[in-house]
Amino acid sequence: MTQAISVPPAGVAARSRGSNPVDRGGARAGWGFIAPFGLFYLLFLLGPVVVMLVASFFNSSTVQSGLGSFAGFGNYAEMFGRADFWDAMWHTVQFTIYTTPPLVILGFVLAVLTNRIRRGQWFFRLAFFLPFVLPSATISLIWLFIFTPGSGLWALGEQLIGLTPGPGVLAGPGTAMIGVALATIWWTLGFNFVLYLAGLQEIPRELYEAAAVDGASQWEQIRFITLPLLKRTTTLVILLQIIASLKIFDQVYLMTQGGPGTATQVALGLVTSTAFTDNRIGAASAASTVLFVLIVVIAVVRQLTDRTKEA
Amino acid sequence: MTSTPTTTRRSSAVRRAVSPAAPARAVPAEASRRSDRVFNVVALVVLIVLAILWLIPSLFALKTSLTENGTAALGAGQIISSFSPTLHSYASLLQAGDIWNWYIASGITSVLTTVLTVLFASMAAFALSRLMFRGRNVVFLLIVLGIMIPTQVLIVPIFQMLGAVNLLNTYWGVILPQVPAVIAVFIFKQFFDGIPKDLEEAARIDGASRWRVYWSVIMPLSRPVIAAVSILTFVGVWNNLLLPLFVVANPNLMTIPVGLATVQGSFGQRYSDIQAGAVLGALPLVVLYVIFQRQIVEGVTGSGLKG
Repeated sequence: MTQAISVPPAGVAARSRGSNPVDRGGARAGWGFIAPFGLFYLLFLLGPVVVMLVASFFNSSTVQSGLGSFAGFGNYAEMFGRADFWDAMWHTVQFTIYTTPPLVILGFVLAVLTNRIRRGQWFFRLAFFLPFVLPSATISLIWLFIFTPGSGLWALGEQLIGLTPGPGVLAGPGTAMIGVALATIWWTLGFNFVLYLAGLQEIPRELYEAAAVDGASQWEQIRFITLPLLKRTTTLVILLQIIASLKIFDQVYLMTQGGPGTATQVALGLVTSTAFTDNRIGAASAASTVLFVLIVVIAVVRQLTDRTKEA
Repeated sequence: MTSTPTTTRRSSAVRRAVSPAAPARAVPAEASRRSDRVFNVVALVVLIVLAILWLIPSLFALKTSLTENGTAALGAGQIISSFSPTLHSYASLLQAGDIWNWYIASGITSVLTTVLTVLFASMAAFALSRLMFRGRNVVFLLIVLGIMIPTQVLIVPIFQMLGAVNLLNTYWGVILPQVPAVIAVFIFKQFFDGIPKDLEEAARIDGASRWRVYWSVIMPLSRPVIAAVSILTFVGVWNNLLLPLFVVANPNLMTIPVGLATVQGSFGQRYSDIQAGAVLGALPLVVLYVIFQRQIVEGVTGSGLKG
């Protein structure tokens, strides 16, 4: 190390700080620090993507070792030709449609209302956010019990408003997904709620004061200040919601197992049952790849909208 | 309860009163202030009603878990109206022992994954934030791309790969695939970028190695972000169902979510036992949330905004 570095002219110090903070032997050290994470990244993030892509072109299975015979696009053709594949895709979309609007609207409304509270905010944060921290297994056990046919809390509620409880929300092919969606809304609302709260905190208070001086009512302030300024948060929340919905597995597996019949079978459920029940890794990999591409496309859209909003 | 906008409104009304235009606009201001008060009341009522609605499922589960199985089987009405709380279900679950295995499995996998993730992600972030080396931009690009990879969708190839190296049915099979949490690198890098470079330059001039700078200068300054990443990782691993569900078949290695998944089928009509299981599985997280509320909320917000 040269002695000159300890007493550099001001200009040199600033330049070296900006471009080259630590110099000698930097390459080796850099890669050394990257290596452990990099190894895991290659093994368990990029590696599986490659394995999935390769396996999707072979007749791989869990019962025999190796890739199996080459299948070309056979697995994809099979998946695209199967009615249950399109059913699962549709159910995934259906779940997205059921959950996204309520989660976005409720998240926004509750954040705006909570943000106005001066004292006791912690209570509302607790009430709305705590479920998000709990395991999906706990959520599912709670809601399965609430939806107990005839004697559950849901049925009690139905009786109170004069309805005759039927065979149960989760037992009907038309209503089972609504039940799963309700549990999910209760579970994950907290996520959107805190994202919106964070967005609200970034809006300068002066804007509201100025609007108040001009005689804008509370409602007008929300309508013309809060709503437009949270547009970026809303775009983000919707895209994250769609991505999360496409990956739905836990609640369905735990609450309905894809039933009744296949009424709530979703994409990832089809992937796992094809792989681990039918033992058909190749076909499951093809379905995974389709789902993977879908999600990555939306994630790219999300990154791009974020970039353009910032610019 | 007065909310902030009301008070600012009042002060602006005062400001208006001293301005020359005040007399002409006094009446509409009064009227809109009244409508604002109505708005505030309605807003508070809506908020409270929804908060109660949101608490009901958890409270109902808790109440059920404190009711005798026999009473719980009679239905929701009986559970709500009965007032003889008992810890019987908790006692029988804790004595049966399965749940201890699940706790141990969840504890081991969550803690080890957290330690490895925090260490490796912070090291990578240190390199990206502080060290110049060829290929740094490529690494950074790979990390950015990694954020978009939905790991759940990779369950099938991960299962195959773990099978190929005989890691199925082991804790490592649950731990290792969860270590590369790309978002953790991002959160660390962002924090490191904000630490002034003066301190470590002084340390470097005094002859400290890069590892020493990382370990003795940067990391001690990063306690808040270490806490946030640790808690988020811990909660994420604790709650993960998909990976251990297919990687682990041995009942002794089941984590809490996988164990709880078997409860519904095996407990049948023992509703209060089921709900006690649900509560016990969630308990460590509730405790964590109460202690680290701020870090959890900030961490979730941060990763939501970045990831």
